[in-house]
Amino acid sequence: MTKEELIIPENKVYGRPTLMNDTPMHYCPGCSHSVVHKLVAEIIEEMGMEEDTIAICPVGCAVFAYRYIDIDWIEASHGRAPACASAVKRLWPKKLVFTYQGDGDLACIGTAESIHAMNRGENIAIIFINNAIYGMTGGQMAPTTLMGMKTSTCPYGRQADLHGYPLHITDLAVNLEGTCYVTRQAVNTVANIRKTKKAIRQAFENSMKGKGCSIVEVVSTCASGWKKTPEEANQWMVDNMFPYYPLGDLKNTVTD
Amino acid sequence: MRGAIVVDIERCKGCNLCAVACPLHLVSLSDTVNHKGYNYAEQKEWEKCIGCATCAIVCPDGCITVYRKKSEE
Repeated sequence: MTKEELIIPENKVYGRPTLMNDTPMHYCPGCSHSVVHKLVAEIIEEMGMEEDTIAICPVGCAVFAYRYIDIDWIEASHGRAPACASAVKRLWPKKLVFTYQGDGDLACIGTAESIHAMNRGENIAIIFINNAIYGMTGGQMAPTTLMGMKTSTCPYGRQADLHGYPLHITDLAVNLEGTCYVTRQAVNTVANIRKTKKAIRQAFENSMKGKGCSIVEVVSTCASGWKKTPEEANQWMVDNMFPYYPLGDLKNTVTD
Repeated sequence: MRGAIVVDIERCKGCNLCAVACPLHLVSLSDTVNHKGYNYAEQKEWEKCIGCATCAIVCPDGCITVYRKKSEE
């Protein structure tokens, strides 16, 4: 068999989802955001919701998410994506509504909106990318930055007396009655990518069934912000982030 | 199983995650660069590829398309 005989449409087993357009992504090489974008596009395609999805962009690295996936998007003010999504979902209950936020957007400036949207049990899905740093603005300390981790605004490492402790926003979400599904996943290996895909799919289905608010935290890398290669960043995440942000389902009240 | 990958060279950013993920170590970065200046991913010894799609699943930018067929031999 020659390569030309093999490379024909009938033999294609995996490729970029058609919902993801040809625009080159602005993310740094090896960024976890791009993997999650790909998963979101695949899931929406599989659910057949291409025409019925309204997503809310954050401010942060994913601010240009609307350029890459051909669905309807709204660009919210910084941190206000859950408030925006609440309004959209209430006005369009048949639409799939989700927000896509980073840790600076969801866990810092948007904490109030996120907590209250989750507490109200809005039927939205929240995808929360936690890379423990502010990527877009140049690697400043985020609320989720690990203890002792060096960033441009805590060059000697994060210290409890000066900077406080990392914020576990998904652990807070577990205790809220409005949330139905809270999970923490990662996208560093094929196995984890598949689990994340399953988790996002469930969050989207919960949104459509009106079960309450679902939040999927994706523990991510920021190779540029961490000043590592993508490969080293993945390893650093496994060694340092996972002990502090352990993966797995934290809450699941949806039985069927 | 016989497999092969096609890399969208101009989309590739040379992050090397596909090369790390390939269980048979068939993917590596090229010596030449694309128009953006990145060393893009390319497959060496494609005859050994089993089309497992690991490289394509971990590829952040979706640059890799995977083809697979059961071999007659």
